[in-house]
Amino acid sequence: MSLLTNYASEEFFDEMVHPDSAIRPHYQRFVERFETLDRDEFDAKRNAVDLAFLRQGITFNVYGDSQGTERIFPFDLIPRIIPAAEWEHLERGLEQRITALNLFLHDVYHEQRIMKDGVVPPFYVLSAKHFRREFVNFQVPKDIYVHICGTDLIRDKDGNYLVLEDNCRSPSGVSYVLENRRAMKRSFPGIFESIGVRPVDSYSTDLLKTMQHIAPAGVADPTVVLLTPGAYNSAYFEHTYLARQMGIEIVEGRDLVVRDSHVYMRTTRGLRPVHVIYRRIDDDFLDPTVFRKDSVLGVPGLINAYREGNVSLANSIGTGVADDKVVYYFLPRIIKYYLDQEPILPNVPTYLASEEADKKYMLEHLPELVVKAANESGGYGMLMGPRASKEEIEKFRGLIEADPRNYIGQPMISLSRHPTWCEESGFEGRHVDLRPFILYGERTTIMPGGLTRVALRKGSLVVNSSQGGGSKDTWVLYD
Amino acid sequence: MLSRVANSLYWLSRYIERADNVARILDVNLQLLLDFRRLDDEHLSRHWLPIVQTTGDEDHFFELYEEANGRTVTEYFVFQRENPNSIACSIAQARENARMVRDQITIEMWEEINRIHLLLRSDRAQEMWASSPTEFFHEVRASSCDLQGLIASTIPRNEGWYFLQAGKYIERADKTTRILDLRHASLPSHGVPGTMSQTDALEWSAILRSCSAWDAYRHIHGVDVGPRRVSQLLLLSPEFPRSVRFCVAELDSVLRALSGAPPGRFWNDAEKRSGRLLSQLQFTDIGEIFARGLHEYLDSLQLQLNDVGEALFSIYIYHPFHEGFSDQQQQQQQVLG
Repeated sequence: MSLLTNYASEEFFDEMVHPDSAIRPHYQRFVERFETLDRDEFDAKRNAVDLAFLRQGITFNVYGDSQGTERIFPFDLIPRIIPAAEWEHLERGLEQRITALNLFLHDVYHEQRIMKDGVVPPFYVLSAKHFRREFVNFQVPKDIYVHICGTDLIRDKDGNYLVLEDNCRSPSGVSYVLENRRAMKRSFPGIFESIGVRPVDSYSTDLLKTMQHIAPAGVADPTVVLLTPGAYNSAYFEHTYLARQMGIEIVEGRDLVVRDSHVYMRTTRGLRPVHVIYRRIDDDFLDPTVFRKDSVLGVPGLINAYREGNVSLANSIGTGVADDKVVYYFLPRIIKYYLDQEPILPNVPTYLASEEADKKYMLEHLPELVVKAANESGGYGMLMGPRASKEEIEKFRGLIEADPRNYIGQPMISLSRHPTWCEESGFEGRHVDLRPFILYGERTTIMPGGLTRVALRKGSLVVNSSQGGGSKDTWVLYD
Repeated sequence: MLSRVANSLYWLSRYIERADNVARILDVNLQLLLDFRRLDDEHLSRHWLPIVQTTGDEDHFFELYEEANGRTVTEYFVFQRENPNSIACSIAQARENARMVRDQITIEMWEEINRIHLLLRSDRAQEMWASSPTEFFHEVRASSCDLQGLIASTIPRNEGWYFLQAGKYIERADKTTRILDLRHASLPSHGVPGTMSQTDALEWSAILRSCSAWDAYRHIHGVDVGPRRVSQLLLLSPEFPRSVRFCVAELDSVLRALSGAPPGRFWNDAEKRSGRLLSQLQFTDIGEIFARGLHEYLDSLQLQLNDVGEALFSIYIYHPFHEGFSDQQQQQQQVLG
């Protein structure tokens, strides 16, 4: 069936076609193959994939829905393809970035040179919501703060990759990458062989190695567990998926207990020691005796065991300071400061509301800008100026003036588009982003590709699963 | 194995078995009604009410419905979300437990639990139910058989397996006692029952069929169906896989496998209780049971099964949450050593 009849890239950068509608070379083989399918075959494949996802419970929970509804994360069968050279460029950029982030986090929790040298004003770091002053001068295992990072990349109208945000706490989505790939292999077994797609399935092994690398000194055969908030968390599927892939226990806070600064899990044979915790819960909930007192998800005494060096955590505590969108603004300078390099992957141009000149510009140009709260994610706490009502704009004007530290502004980036199946109208361009997953252990490992999220609603720029987003398989080609 | 995981596996298995048994009871009793076309309301109620009394909560039932008839009782036990023992709720809870231990069970098992759960929540289930209850029950029971088969053929024989088995056999033994208790109103409270009406005979046959014991019964006792022989088979048979004795024997060996205790001895309270219950079933006969009174005997079996379950929980599931000092010390030495 024809993929691109009546397809128009319009004024956007399209991943698959040039503005003159010629197919980009790295998509050519896929398109040729795809066009041998007829409509019935395509429908059958789509239905089979949806059904398989539902049956396997590859779903996420929708918060605020009293029915406890689970939805499948809609999956589009047309893969996003990245040529080898382009991926190499991204890899270099991502490695540079996670290296700088780890150096930065070490510095802000120790000497604070970057602040003393005036490169990043101390105020911004110290006022960051997730800055943990309790951990200043604390030596984290192997000096690694961010073990797992899920950086969000977008492309502007000229196809340049830009970093939208770094997710240095507990980025999710990797299980969808692995499951999407399985679904694609089932649907198009022949295509993989003829096109040459780099595999993604060593991720779980690499992740486990990253965890074992940070085990407390002297533990020969460390026990690694995954700490989940529980079955009602929206990413619970992913937690069980990863635990199963790694062959480790998935635990909830109530399964762990601390005795004499050592962490144990409660088993049918009594207590068993735990050495490394891949935690998928926020700092705030980790330990009710240190952080939020009302946390029922955490483990009393865990932080003390961590401080004593008897258990390691990934990611480390306090990495959220790097997720602050104001700190993001300084990332190009942070890279330059520690590595003496120019950033390979640029940021989106950003205005800080707490800088007078920037604030003035922001307030004058609200209808053109995207305004974001410094510590929100998932597409919440955000103003899309060009699409907002007058009331929304005025609301954000008030918010910015009341708390300028907490807001940034960015020009509206249109995001690249990708042909995507739409029930009513066949293939149409839909906006996409890309979240690669970076592991930082003994060495840096980047899974080839990552999660391509797609905004399924026509014209929408919001790719989040909670707000009408779907996903695609991402193919990185061999050279 | 995490205690929480053991807990989930145990309940996962119990709920699957429960849904299966409830489907069996309802299916057989609906079919039985086809033979009783001319019953008046009072007789109908006498037929359906015991199902509510022995497998559910009578007060709760009458909060929701005015009378016990085919429609209300089956609805209560099939889709009623407020009845925790309904088929839909049992499957939902089985699935909830399965979700908690996704990493411990096989993908095939998870997919089947998920499939039957989604089916029960769909409109299609209501349609199936309306057009052919028998077909509907067949679907539920087939799913349960699938799950038992998948458990048997895909789960490694490690601790998790034993908790799955323990849940299954406790639930099955309990349900068999409840099915057998359905017609106790037609029996004298002590001693052997006298002659039976044709209706009685049909109802005792229904009991056999609810336990899938009809064929086994005929092989052993022929076509003459009476309370004494039915009870003999369902309580004391060492061979029939749904008899209480069979289930308790399995349960006892599961408990021993968990702790490693040799037969004839016990290392913990759960084994003490299961062993005692087993020998009691091994060394009694149906005459003694009827002399004591069947209903009273069944009540005491249910209590003893509960006791075994509770002992199992306090040893493997609650106990690690309150470990004594010596255990801690021992484990710290393990860590430091």
